[in-house]
Amino acid sequence: MIKVQNLTKKYGAFTAVDDISFDVGSGEIFAFLGPNGAGKSTTIKMLTTLVHPTSGTLAIDGHDPVRHPEQVRRTFGIVFQDPSLDDELTAWENMEFHGVLYDVPDALRRERIEQLLDFVDLSDRKDSLVKEFSGGMKRRLEIARGLLHHPKIIFLDEPTLGLDPQTRNHMWEYLKKLNESEGTTIFFTTHYMEEADKIAQRIAIIDHGKIIAVGTSADLQSQTGTKSLEEAFLALTGRTIRDEAASSKDMMRNMGKLWRR
Amino acid sequence: MKKIYILWLRQIKRYMRSKSRIIGSLAQPLLFLLALGYGFGSVFQKAGEGSYIDFLVPGIIGMGIIFTAVFTGIEIIWDRQFGFLKEIMVAPMSRVNIMIGRTLGGATVATIQGTVVFLLSLILGFHPVSWLGIIPAIIIMFLIAILFTAMGTMIASLLDDMQGFQLIMNFLIMPLFFLSGALFPLEGLPKGLAIVARLDPLSYGVDALRSILTGVHFYGVGLDITVLVGFTMVFLGLGSFFFKKIQI
Repeated sequence: MIKVQNLTKKYGAFTAVDDISFDVGSGEIFAFLGPNGAGKSTTIKMLTTLVHPTSGTLAIDGHDPVRHPEQVRRTFGIVFQDPSLDDELTAWENMEFHGVLYDVPDALRRERIEQLLDFVDLSDRKDSLVKEFSGGMKRRLEIARGLLHHPKIIFLDEPTLGLDPQTRNHMWEYLKKLNESEGTTIFFTTHYMEEADKIAQRIAIIDHGKIIAVGTSADLQSQTGTKSLEEAFLALTGRTIRDEAASSKDMMRNMGKLWRR
Repeated sequence: MKKIYILWLRQIKRYMRSKSRIIGSLAQPLLFLLALGYGFGSVFQKAGEGSYIDFLVPGIIGMGIIFTAVFTGIEIIWDRQFGFLKEIMVAPMSRVNIMIGRTLGGATVATIQGTVVFLLSLILGFHPVSWLGIIPAIIIMFLIAILFTAMGTMIASLLDDMQGFQLIMNFLIMPLFFLSGALFPLEGLPKGLAIVARLDPLSYGVDALRSILTGVHFYGVGLDITVLVGFTMVFLGLGSFFFKKIQI
């Protein structure tokens, strides 16, 4: 379903993703683990047509994201790591917008939106503007939106960050059901090792833009001679703490607020 | 079609909900109309040019439109910063249609803004030569609005953040407005200024509005519309081209 060969992405002199290759089978649940700034999000951006690779080849369901972006966009859904909701629209309108862009038929769209808002416990706030929501509520809405159309592949970039355990469990149950009933391929990144351990069938560990190990959780543990995935992860990636490059985003957010109100 | 409609609807909803923006972007044209219109009125009259308010109103409508239109085009930078652009960019929809939906939405908003300026000017004593001109005037407003929204989108596709915004305001939008003949007649200008005004798309927009609303024209409506449509095509083309190249 996903084929990646010798994929590289450079930003100037900095190499974010360095010659990685991996395959994800149809209907597989695949986890991508790595410390901050390891290249996880950049890889997802390349897979989802947002960024062009510097070199290497990619195929999503047989299509190349660079040459046939539109076919690729039809095959996947994504829950981004950063917020991607429209604050000036209501929860319902954000869902509606997404449903229309993804050609979900009217009746089915309404039914699913109601069901999903109920599912993430936002039904009673469906007509509130998203800017009035707390961080957790926004996150829940974002997840619900990602599940609205049922694509062949779902990408989730740290989907459970900032979610309470209830919603987290709920979400994985839903995704597993989708995986079983519709054969949806699931590709996710996370910092929660127990999550990857429990849910993913295979795990890739990436660090400094390179994939350093791929396999089942048991494979990784026996490969490193450790007793848990967390220990295996630390054995593979070391114990130093990484900084992510700061952006001008926070400044922009504040400026945006000043401008609008 | 439905996807273009939902993009359009989003712009309209956002506009209707930001009351402060509506009022803010009406205050400036209104101030110009009051200060210049009444301030220069008697001088203009003594020069034998008739009522300055009547002369000025089409220019101020143009002003309301150009500022709102460029701003709604440039809003893409905001969408990028707030993450919503990603949601649009991964959607299975052609980039050209995204561009069209956004441009129509922004242009509709700017046209509403222009129409409100027009209505306010009626209260301040503006007399259009014929009430039949209102519909064609709104069509011209829409044309101007599309042109400058597309221009805003094009600029936004090339910028990463709002740092360049002030630069655009001061070196592009302000000159486009001040040199367009919105505030003064284009007859008998010094050669340099006359050439600049001829290259400024807004001067054709204002001329067309003035011709329809007051019966006074410089280029003539036929030429005005031709030039406006031409510029719009160029900006839509360039805008789509640059928009396609956006990477997040």
